[in-house]
Amino acid sequence: MGLLDRLNTRKTESHPAARAAEAAPIRPTKALKKFLTSLTQRESPVLLDLGPVVGSNVSFFGEQLGCKIFVEDIYAEIERHAKQDALEKLPEALAKRFAQADGAVDGILCWDIVDYLSRPAASALATQLMRVLRPDGALLAFFGTVAPPPVPRYTKYIVADESSLVYRDADATRGRQPVLVNRDILKLFDGLRVADSFLLQHNVREILFRKPAA
Amino acid sequence: MNIGKSVVIKGELNGSEDLTIEGHVEGTIQLRDHVLTIGPNGRIKAQVFAKAVIVLGEVTGNVTASDKVDIRDNGSVDGDIVSPRVAIAEGAHFRGSVDMQRKGAPAAKGDAKAEAKAEAKTAGTAPAAAAAAQPAAAGQRA
Repeated sequence: MGLLDRLNTRKTESHPAARAAEAAPIRPTKALKKFLTSLTQRESPVLLDLGPVVGSNVSFFGEQLGCKIFVEDIYAEIERHAKQDALEKLPEALAKRFAQADGAVDGILCWDIVDYLSRPAASALATQLMRVLRPDGALLAFFGTVAPPPVPRYTKYIVADESSLVYRDADATRGRQPVLVNRDILKLFDGLRVADSFLLQHNVREILFRKPAA
Repeated sequence: MNIGKSVVIKGELNGSEDLTIEGHVEGTIQLRDHVLTIGPNGRIKAQVFAKAVIVLGEVTGNVTASDKVDIRDNGSVDGDIVSPRVAIAEGAHFRGSVDMQRKGAPAAKGDAKAEAKAEAKTAGTAPAAAAAAQPAAAGQRA
């Protein structure tokens, strides 16, 4: 290793900003902008966020876009069931969880929740999401395209701007499940159509689903 | 004014000064023009109406604030929040809805159109994205 390489390594290792960036990298997103466009076409859009609550996301969607936001932290539900060793009960819990009326939601931020679910749980969740989404509403979901890492982690997605997200990892009891192929994804959300799909360089497929207009 | 750890109140709590609760309250809390602070030991099962609400403990129930709701680290809210400003810290727990009462969004609509135009002009974020920027359904459905 040359002197410059060593200096570069030391610089990267020691700099707190570099460490923070490594722990919470900023990644591009292509589908978020389209999702936002679909939301802003409504007067006071209703948004369902399935990820852990993120204060800045609430401000972004609530203050800037005027959304009414429902926060349903499904990661926490998965964690709770995993810690209680009761994952077989998760499909039933997900089927009962959403109190929203049929077609009451304009947009759903599903993030990568489906990657953490068994097939029955994913199916129960997808059924509920398709139920609460209004016709022409949008659902944004991410799917990993490579084998999950050995150490279970989940990701908090923080909106940096309409074209980028901060990926903040945190410890998890249950990790990602085997990668879903496109056919499985389409089957899972068979009541929706794929409006856009982007395969990003960091091995994530972003899919924007739309519910067909009634 | 403080409501201490050992105090349990069931019923309606009205006030005309700022209040900090460290004990348990069930029912309704109304401090229309004042700040309500739920301390780290505070446990609330109530509908809350105040000018500003700061949560360091636990709240189960709907919270309405004319100015701001601030859920601090380790604070927890299970219920619906209505307030023009909402701050939620990194380690906070929240389940429910947030309505920031911003009716109408003409600027946002304009932004959306600008975004759509910009989108048409912008090339892919990543080479792979450009290659794959087509509906997954196309050609991949069995």
